[in-house]
Amino acid sequence: MDIETTAPATKAHRPRPLSPNIQIYRPQLTSVLSIANRITGVILSIGAVGLVIWLSAAAAGPEPYATVQQVIGSWVGLVILFGFTFAFFLHLCGGIRHLVWDTVHGFELRSIYISGWSVVAASVVLTFAAWAAGLSIGGGL
Amino acid sequence: MNRQSFRSPLARAIGLGSAKSGERHWLAERVTAVALVPLMLWFVASIIAHAGSDYTAFIAWLRTPLVAGGMILLLIALFHHTALGLQVVIEDYVHSGARFAAVIAIQLCCYGLAVVGIIAILRIALRS
Repeated sequence: MDIETTAPATKAHRPRPLSPNIQIYRPQLTSVLSIANRITGVILSIGAVGLVIWLSAAAAGPEPYATVQQVIGSWVGLVILFGFTFAFFLHLCGGIRHLVWDTVHGFELRSIYISGWSVVAASVVLTFAAWAAGLSIGGGL
Repeated sequence: MNRQSFRSPLARAIGLGSAKSGERHWLAERVTAVALVPLMLWFVASIIAHAGSDYTAFIAWLRTPLVAGGMILLLIALFHHTALGLQVVIEDYVHSGARFAAVIAIQLCCYGLAVVGIIAILRIALRS
């Protein structure tokens, strides 16, 4: 509205040159992790809805809880839960990386790549460690 | 030609975006993030530890004051963080008139869900 500047209304309007946008650039670790943090955040928002459903079922009683547990325990449920686990650890590690950046540390190119690959490695390791622990305590699938 | 095109860029920027209230949003996102690191690690570790538990054992754990309190804190921090994060996503990608409505809807959903979750915890914790 009042922040828009109005261009002169000429008939032959020549498009202004634009700076290269995201689809021009080759994906790099830095850009992929940046968008991954946002995507996992959105995915985890859906997971948070699942958390509320799960807690509400537990509050409602043994039967509703058993139904929800059955859905989570199905193959589709377990695959989705595995996805949520990886999304959680990626968002957690990526978030900690952001908190470190907020203290104005680790901005050298070398540090950025070291922390970036650390986030990827830690997320994979933590996801598999969590599932290994869960399956050994829960007694397998 | 429009009269407003004579306004300086500074005059047009003042009162908008981060010049208005972005700093508080930014800080709240960090504060909730710092709170969520220990809360979520505790929650995930507890869920793993209860992988083999039945309903009775799970409820017995959930209704202890420390656990119920921790879960309520988790729900508050989680949904505050979610509301702040999704707001930024909407503001970045939705440019139509639906933007304001979408931001309001996200806020209402997040705080509504937080309340539903907290009530569930209280129902379990205060059950006699």
